[in-house]
Amino acid sequence: MEKNEYLDLFQEMVVIRRLEERAAELYQQGKIGGFLHLYIGQEAVCAGICSVRQPKDRIITAYRDHGWAISAGIDPKIVMAELLGKKDGCSQGKGGSMHMADTDVNFWGGHAIVGAHIPIAAGMALGDVYQDNADAITICMFGDGATNIGFFHEGLNLSKVWNLPVLWVCENNQYGMGTAVERASAVSEIRQKAEGYGMPNERIEGMDVMKVRKEVSRVLESMREEGGPYLLEIMTYRYRGHSMGDPERYREKEEVKKWEDEDPIGVFRNYLLDEEIATKEELDEQENKAEEIIDEAVRFAESSPNPEKEALFDHIYAEETPIEYKGYRMERESEEK
Amino acid sequence: MAKMTMREAVSQALWEEMERDERVFIQGEEVGVWGGTYAVTKGFYDHFGAKRVRDTPIAEAAIVGSAIGAALTGLRPVAELMTINFAFVAMDHIVNEAAKLHYMFAGQFKLPLVIRAVSGGGRQLAATHSQTPDAIFAHFPGLKVVSPGTPADAKGLLKSAIRSDDPVLFIENATLYQTRGEVPEGEDVLEELGKSKVQREGDDVTIVAYSKMVQAALDAADRLSEDGIEAEVVDIRSLRPLDMGPVIKSFKRTNRAVVAEEGWRSYGVGSEVAARIYEMAFDFVDAPVKRVAQAEVPLPYNADLEQLALPQTEDIYHAAKEIIYG
Repeated sequence: MEKNEYLDLFQEMVVIRRLEERAAELYQQGKIGGFLHLYIGQEAVCAGICSVRQPKDRIITAYRDHGWAISAGIDPKIVMAELLGKKDGCSQGKGGSMHMADTDVNFWGGHAIVGAHIPIAAGMALGDVYQDNADAITICMFGDGATNIGFFHEGLNLSKVWNLPVLWVCENNQYGMGTAVERASAVSEIRQKAEGYGMPNERIEGMDVMKVRKEVSRVLESMREEGGPYLLEIMTYRYRGHSMGDPERYREKEEVKKWEDEDPIGVFRNYLLDEEIATKEELDEQENKAEEIIDEAVRFAESSPNPEKEALFDHIYAEETPIEYKGYRMERESEEK
Repeated sequence: MAKMTMREAVSQALWEEMERDERVFIQGEEVGVWGGTYAVTKGFYDHFGAKRVRDTPIAEAAIVGSAIGAALTGLRPVAELMTINFAFVAMDHIVNEAAKLHYMFAGQFKLPLVIRAVSGGGRQLAATHSQTPDAIFAHFPGLKVVSPGTPADAKGLLKSAIRSDDPVLFIENATLYQTRGEVPEGEDVLEELGKSKVQREGDDVTIVAYSKMVQAALDAADRLSEDGIEAEVVDIRSLRPLDMGPVIKSFKRTNRAVVAEEGWRSYGVGSEVAARIYEMAFDFVDAPVKRVAQAEVPLPYNADLEQLALPQTEDIYHAAKEIIYG
């Protein structure tokens, strides 16, 4: 890795952190609606994985997706515009926090029904194999909570039966909403579930971006040689609640504090200093740049227009199809025709 | 024109589209080695091979979910659900994913996907395997729901569904597979999706139907004709989008309508069509719109009881008579 790559990776993690901190404020101000699930604490996972994937590798994840959107390559201002429901958002204000995507950077969402994207990911890998794009790997993330739903088991089974190149990544942040893994899952080591499908698997630590990079690039390399699926359980932790409306009665403050000692941004910062890759001043400068990027993202998003009213009826179908408006206007519209 | 069964028409549509476009493939339970549980895909596995004729586990969320994923990569999957009753197991993928991904990501995701499913009762399969829940799926914008009543429409509509860039739920009726009809020849003979079709002309009463009820409506029209009443039969063919044009045009002439469906009446296709007739042609109403549907019971196994519950030709006949003679 070149020095500027280290600095970029550091800056990317700080950008994700600052974007989400700012998003929390905007949520409190009522500028962001709906659900907002913050990724704060888990940044080493998205930054690490995306920094070692190849452009042909597809990324698909669940609803805690802001970090993934940025690491996959969406401009933070486009992410912020989507959070604000604006026209310039990556989903033109139709998806919101949980539904970010940009197929140009091979980022396929942003899916909010727990586990439902897992069979979809298997199908994308099938699409690559079918179209002789066999070297491409679909990287599919989900939380520990998603491994208790049927979709997970149907998807894993299919990927093994059809030998599909999917890297299944369980981001084990130790709680499915407010329920601890051991209160919801028959086995608390999620990777064990892959054993039932005869699938290679392992559990790795997820708070150190350099370790994530190293382990994931090793796994991707072996997958490109061996073919077939692989399950990686990555141990991580979210410092904020499940969503903004989380009373956090399920864990002690001390537990959060203990994990904060392993803050992935602090860990990476110390690594860069200890290895003398960067100086304190250089890292401070990256932090300042990240602040500026987010300031600019908020300015951009706030000044981006709302979608036009006509956009309500765009993209229901790919093909032209009659519009159905609110019922009481139907008769009038038929007369207008 | 060639005379063939509904089964042959569906099979031929799939075969021709697979020959025409390498991106088209089929997957589902027993579509391959077995040849299809209704023998629709007999011979496909040997001809097209395991890559394009894919036997799946008995796991409907995986069948539909993976078809969605493959469609996102540019393929044109045809996912087969052995019966529509199993669609409930894949409900999330049909109504929450297939119907919404294009919209929710502002057109970035395209889903050229067909889900084929067999609907309808009358085969003594008891309550869980005999339902006609078509209307449920038609409730969701983003999904197209098509259900043919004749072999010609089955072929032409299925070919259009496969060529469509939108997700289409294509509902076949198992008891229609053996019915025969004329089917125009030619690889590119298509029937446009979302268009109703007049299957019989008449000036006295409009009978709106789809799928299996089309033949029942035509038979009822023949009986009415013996009584000197000429019924017009409009086959809606597509539940979403719903093309009311030919229905309203006919109704404005006949001023009377019967809507026939095999599913239950409450919140059903007949309710929708009747409501739209009142909304769009209130000034032309001479009698209440009649809905003919299935008795609201879970279908029983016993053949006599089952037939008692299902809507029949004579139900349509009597419904029409009621609104013509008061």
